[in-house]
Amino acid sequence: MADQIGYSQKVMEHFMNPHNVGVIENPDGYGKVGNPVCGDLMEIFIRVRENVIEDIRFRTFGCGSAIATSSMVTDLAKGKTLEEALQITRDDVATELEGLPPRKMHCSNLAADALHAAIRDYQEKEKKA
Amino acid sequence: MEERIYLDHAAAMPVHPGVIRFGRQFLEEFAGNPSTIYQEGLQAQAAVAGAREKVAALVGAKDPPSIIFTSGATESNNIAIRGTALRNAGKEKRVVVSAIEHISVLNPAKDLQKGGFTLTQVPVDHYGVLDLDALGAAVTPRTVVTSVHYANNEIGTIEPIREVAEIVHDRGGYLHVDATDAAGRIPIDVERDGIDLLTLSSNQLGGPTGTGALYIRPGVRVQPVLVGGGQERGLRPGTENVVGIACMGEAARLAGKEMPEEMRRLSAIRDRLITGITGIEDTYLTGHPRERLPHHASFRFPRIEGESIQLAMNMLGIAVATGSACTSMTLEASHVLLAIGLAHDEAHGSMVATLGRGNTLDQVPRVVNAARETVKRLRAITPL
Repeated sequence: MADQIGYSQKVMEHFMNPHNVGVIENPDGYGKVGNPVCGDLMEIFIRVRENVIEDIRFRTFGCGSAIATSSMVTDLAKGKTLEEALQITRDDVATELEGLPPRKMHCSNLAADALHAAIRDYQEKEKKA
Repeated sequence: MEERIYLDHAAAMPVHPGVIRFGRQFLEEFAGNPSTIYQEGLQAQAAVAGAREKVAALVGAKDPPSIIFTSGATESNNIAIRGTALRNAGKEKRVVVSAIEHISVLNPAKDLQKGGFTLTQVPVDHYGVLDLDALGAAVTPRTVVTSVHYANNEIGTIEPIREVAEIVHDRGGYLHVDATDAAGRIPIDVERDGIDLLTLSSNQLGGPTGTGALYIRPGVRVQPVLVGGGQERGLRPGTENVVGIACMGEAARLAGKEMPEEMRRLSAIRDRLITGITGIEDTYLTGHPRERLPHHASFRFPRIEGESIQLAMNMLGIAVATGSACTSMTLEASHVLLAIGLAHDEAHGSMVATLGRGNTLDQVPRVVNAARETVKRLRAITPL
């Protein structure tokens, strides 16, 4: 497995036809992680109703796994409560994608972080409100 | 399923059909160990000598024994840099390389630096052309070896080797030229160009992988990197890869013979490709617009990332290269794209197409359309 550099079929499906691409105007929560200098930048927008992620959108600059993990995390989070969504880990995303090449596990598997950032953004706003 | 279009000849070349025929026959007729003096050994010796003549002829080397065979360009570069530097260094030890050399030149040079050599990396302009004034300042009478490639594999730019040679020889040092990507593509003449050591790869000439060669000008003293028996003048010990060497020789002969026609044919495809792809919005050629290899077209697409481009093109049936950090073993941005002045984020979105025998003008519209579709799709996802 250490030699694997190719992607699973699942990754390629999400890369070629990513789900939930786009932006939400005036989102309830917004998370952004990564840096174009490093080659990966993701942003996630969420709409929350009664503690549930009702809608979620993403935009990503990055490699195949950056795009596929973004797409997958939006699928996993949609319809979940905030508490459930906060439990989604990087490993969950990789597992759902039938694995990622080892060297992609750290650098291009930031989608769960972006989701958590969007949820925390929502929770901060709620506290202030 | 549409026919695949292969545009990454700089990474690996299909073996020339003429070399396959030659190699098959060669494998069927047993050749012995070239270090023996009975008939089978003498046949192998003759095959290696014949290959040496063919490779020498391709690069204008007058004396065939000035060619030694290696396991590939990486080994040739290592022998050229380390072997020449270590053998000829005086008290003040200096090595000079261009900033956009291949990693198999840069790393031996950096290794020498750890061993007490002073290493200077000479900058290039935004086309990737070596800064000759900076070279003139960097090369001193203490510089043992200067290494500048004939042409760059990521951006296709051809370097002004004759001017480089004048500067290097004026200071009294040796010039090593990595011609991996240029040999067999454009005319090279070690005499005319003033080259002291020249690296060649079998595969990049249309031969099988696993063989390379190093030209060493008669009189240049080089010490071995690998030690063992006395094969290849002691510089590449170990029983010769006779079939690989024989095939490399045949590949060199065919590459030389077909070069004028292939230069004309491939540069026409290249130019069509460049016109088509730079017609895509916010897309730029990398490397020199004219002084570039005839089979080489390279681009950058701001706001999208190279590995994504490569994957998407692959799904559309087209194999291309990228200098993206995400596809490199080290996950670092391309040192070549940084050296031509691109910012880190700009260096991520590159695509390189290198042409070969199998490519035709008819393929260009499909490649351009695939690139346009890919760029449009990825830009629709990008937050930048």
